[in-house]
This record gives sequence, C-alpha cells and structure tokens, in this order.
Amino acid sequence: MSEPIVEVRNLKKYFPITGGLFNRTIGHVKAVDDISLSIRAGETFGLVGESGSGKSTVGRTILRLTDKTSGEVLFKGKDLHTLPPKELRKLRPQMQLIFQDPYSSLNPRVRVGDAIGEALLDHGLMQKGEIRDHVEEVLAACGLSSYHYDRFPHEFSGGQRQRIGIARALVLNPDLIIADEPVSALDVSIQAQIINLFRGLQESQGLTYLFISHDLSVVEHLCTRIGVMYLGSMMETAPRDELFRNPLHPYTKALLSAVPIPIPKLKRERIVLKGDIPSPANPPSGCKFHTRCPFATEICKAEVPVFRHVGHDHYVACHLV
Amino acid sequence: MKNTLEIDHLSTYFYTDEGTVKAIDDISLRVREGETVCIVGESGCGKSMTAMSIMGLIEGPSGKVVNGRIGFEGEDLLKMSKNELRTIRGHEIAMIFQEPMSSLNPVLPIGQQITEPLMEHLKLSKKEARKRAIELIEQVGISRAEQIFDSYPHELSGGMLQRIMIAIAISCNPKLLIADEPTTALDVTIQAQILDMLREIKAHSNMSILLITHDLGVVAEMADYVIVMYSGKIVEEGEVVELFNHPRHPYTQGLLKSKPIINQRQDQLYSIPGQVPNPLSLTESCYFHDRCGQCMSICQSKQPQLRDIADRQKVACWLYEEAAIHV
Repeated sequence: MSEPIVEVRNLKKYFPITGGLFNRTIGHVKAVDDISLSIRAGETFGLVGESGSGKSTVGRTILRLTDKTSGEVLFKGKDLHTLPPKELRKLRPQMQLIFQDPYSSLNPRVRVGDAIGEALLDHGLMQKGEIRDHVEEVLAACGLSSYHYDRFPHEFSGGQRQRIGIARALVLNPDLIIADEPVSALDVSIQAQIINLFRGLQESQGLTYLFISHDLSVVEHLCTRIGVMYLGSMMETAPRDELFRNPLHPYTKALLSAVPIPIPKLKRERIVLKGDIPSPANPPSGCKFHTRCPFATEICKAEVPVFRHVGHDHYVACHLV
Repeated sequence: MKNTLEIDHLSTYFYTDEGTVKAIDDISLRVREGETVCIVGESGCGKSMTAMSIMGLIEGPSGKVVNGRIGFEGEDLLKMSKNELRTIRGHEIAMIFQEPMSSLNPVLPIGQQITEPLMEHLKLSKKEARKRAIELIEQVGISRAEQIFDSYPHELSGGMLQRIMIAIAISCNPKLLIADEPTTALDVTIQAQILDMLREIKAHSNMSILLITHDLGVVAEMADYVIVMYSGKIVEEGEVVELFNHPRHPYTQGLLKSKPIINQRQDQLYSIPGQVPNPLSLTESCYFHDRCGQCMSICQSKQPQLRDIADRQKVACWLYEEAAIHV
C-alpha cells in the first residue's frame, strides 16, 4: 500500500448564518462536520453524496480555497492550513482543481492556449518562449489538437471545454487533481470519452484523484476507494469492490438501490427513502440519517455513531452494524 | 388500442442570423392510451422541442412549427385557436418541466396554484377546489397538506416542488402527461421517489405519459415504448425490452454501451467518437455517419428513411435497408 498523499483529520467547516439587527451570527451551517479521510498516492478516491452533503466543500477545504473551522489537512505531510502563504503558493502547482461547469470556468475573452499556459508563467515554471510547445503537448494528451491553441472558448463544445479544463490542471504537472463533478454536465456519449481520458491520464502521469460526484455508476468505473457523505458527515468508506458488494450503511444501500439501471424489467429490491434531506443548518440529533433511515432505533436518535473500522479497509458510522 | 397522440411529419424550425436550425425534422410518433413513451437523446436532439411543439409553446418569430399534424383525440392541435388550446392545455394535456423551482410562481401560495386549474377547467367552487387540492397534495405523498397549501414555493425543497408540479399536472385527470426531464434536477433518492409515484399514478388511471429524458436508466424503468432521437430526427424506435436487448441503430448501440452500469464494470468504457454535428451545417447524409463505425459510402451522400423492420420496431439506417425492403 502506498503512502497517503492527502490526510484529512477531523476536518470541520462551518459557515455562519447571520441575521438580526447587527448581522450577528445566529447559527451555523455545518457543511463539513468532523471528517477524516486519507488519499493514497496513485489512487482515485471517490466522494459521493447528494446535494448539500458537503462533498464539494471537502474538496475546496482540502485545497485551502476556503479556510477550515478546525481539524487538519496534510498534503505530503505538510499542514496546508498553517503553512505561510509563500510556501503554500509553492505547493499550489502540485494540486489542481477541475470544475463541473466547463462553460463558466473559462474566460470567454482569453485564447484557450493562453488560459492553459497562464499558470506556468504565473508560477515562473517556464519562460514565455517555451510555453507554446508545452501547452500543445498537453492539449494533445487531452485529445485536442495544436490548432486549438489560438481559439476562444465559445468555439468549443461542452466535452471539448471539459478537456480544456483538464489540460489547464494538467499543464502544471500536478500530483493531486481534485475533480468536482467533472462529467455531470456532459451527455452520455461525451461523458464516456472524458471518463476514459481521466483513466488514461492517471496511468500515463501517475496522478492521484479526488473525484467528487453524485453519480455512483461513474464513481464505480473510475474510483478505487469510495467515501459516502450525508449532511456533512462521512457515513462509510471502503475499497470500491467491497463497497459495491457489501454496503453496510443503510444510506449507502438506499443510494445504490436508487440508481436507475438501464436494463428493462429488471427485478431488484429497492429501498425507497422517505422524506427529504434535512437542512444542514439544523441537522437531526444523533445519527444524522435517522429521520430517513428505515431501520432507525432509539439509540440512533440519541447518540452519534462512531466512525469505525469493520475489517477489509471498510469503515462505517452506524449503530446497527 | 386507441392512440391518444398522433404526430405526423412534424417539423419545427428556428430561424437564426446564421441560418435555419431544423430542431425537429419530419418526425412522426404515436402514443397509445395508457402507454408510457420515452423520447431519449442527447442535448440538442430535439426531444424537448417535440414537447414544446405539442404544447404550442414554440415562440415566434424565431421559432415556428412549419409542417405536420399533431393529432390529440382525433383533433389537430396545430389548427386550433388560442382559446381552444387553452381549454386543452393543463386540462387534457398537462406538462411537468425539469426545473420545479422556476416553474411555479414564487409570489403565490402553493394552494392557489393548485386550485387555479381546478376552478378554470373543472369549474369547481373555491371551497371544493381547496378540498380537492389538499387531497392531491396528500396523493403525491406530502404530509401536512393543510400547512403546505398556504406555503410559498421557496419554503419547499426541490423534490417537494416537483411533487406539487405533478399534483397540478394530474389535478384535472389529463389524458396525456408530458414530462420533460422531470427528475434530472433532483437527487437520486428523490428521483426514485418521484418515479415510483409517477408509476403509481399511472397504474390508477388510464393516462398516457410522454417522458423526455437523457437517462437510459430512467427509460428502462419507466418506458413501454422508446424513441431515440439524434439531430432532430428519429433514428430508432421500438418496445423497451426489444430496443435495449437488440438495439439496431449504431447510435443506439453506442449510447447503451457508453453508459456505465453499476456492478458491470469494464476497464475501458465504450465511447462514441466525435460529437453531435452542428445543426446549421447538416447535409444530405445520415447525420450520424461521421461518428459511426459501420459507415458506408451511401451514408455520406443520402439520408436513410425511418422504416419498419419488425412489428412496432423502426430504424433509420442503411445497414437495415435491405431487410426493410423484404418486410
């Protein structure tokens, strides 16, 4: 087993809710509430959950795009949240982010090649004269052509734009890429192209991914280890095959059974959850899932379950397991 | 079986500065009574425009239904006056949209929006309408119906709002429900609830559903009959089991293969090369030819017609042209 490249320990990120006459803080949205995870070099860690589960906030807090409330984030052994700005900036090229919406993440007035090469200049990694060759290489690696260098974003389709987003992250030769729903906005046929690109790049460049997605079928195809989040808490983490073969948390089971499978007349047992996801500003007591859990008992309402190891690198937070 | 909806040779064009976009190009389809028909395809294939054309929601002067007939219960919707259409829309044909948050009026309470069609179309009194609305809210699985009746849209979650939209849609017992990506904006666990509910509603009435979606998983769960669209044309249609088990058109085959399926992992996902052609520069060829692995010379010069190849199965592809002739 390889060394962890990212280690997150007891990470919390609360957003204040302000109100009243003097805009005082009247509460908190607990977007990320005490999460620990480690991502090993060369693996793809999939973070799944529904809207409001805090999965994107985890990604952003790992990169210190937002400050933490408490806890630790170690990247190659260094705590990113206590590092002085100058040293943090030196580390930045090694960790990159890819966004969901390829339409709004590119500046419409900047040529694609310049948008990709900008970071190289900014970090002083290359001279102006060398950039073009390098960017064209990266464009080719992402399935685009060198003549795309001088084009503007509006000349590209959604799938191509996502390739540009990937090229922009890749150009700095990072070790870690955090991809936040990178294929959700794409059509099925294009989505498959991008998933394959992610895989190919990982093999050729030895990348480590944190892949954030709500789509379990995509996560299964791409990820080696998976964490399931609900309302800011980690419910279960396990290696992929273990999680899909032997899901332990009722929420994971329900999530798996809710994904529509493109096989007509397929008979399968479905756990249909009742009700809506509660507000993260006012999460339920005890186990946060107890309001929707079909198996909840008295203890679930009163006590927060411990996130514990149950063998086979499988961790789960549930009283009933 | 009776056809609720009969569309013949429908074409809807959009006129832009750069040229004419054939959003829908000569399509014909049938929806039988009590049947769920799914239109599936990728962005820009014309699936939503089909729904908008049926509802008479194509706005001029840039967009226009240029040709065809939309027969509903034997009458042509395209020949009807605005007033005649008003008595049908929201009454006999209802529609639910993708974005429940933006389809409800934010400044009116939920209850008022449910009672409006009841009073307008079914001529119920205010009191009767309120009673019926509360029944409807309960029917779509929301408890505290009395309380919800007086709430505003911003107080409800996306899943609840979509339930309300469905309640409004079924309030007048429509013969046809058009659902345009009804669960795309929702989380999977909520999607499962909504799909279950639609199935249940259909089981208790003889309503036909025209469901528009890009998600093949949703199609497999809901459809009786499937229509696959590509660049404004129907490329294949058939009964759901047959279409999923024996897809004929290379595009349908590619779509089914490129969708990752849970518990059926492959090392490399199949992907259709290239991308959807620009709708402004379509030529007299099969629109799929430059992405197709089985492209022949005729595919580049002539467009295949949609032909019957078996009972209730049609395909538009030169590969099946000979087979089609023998039928």
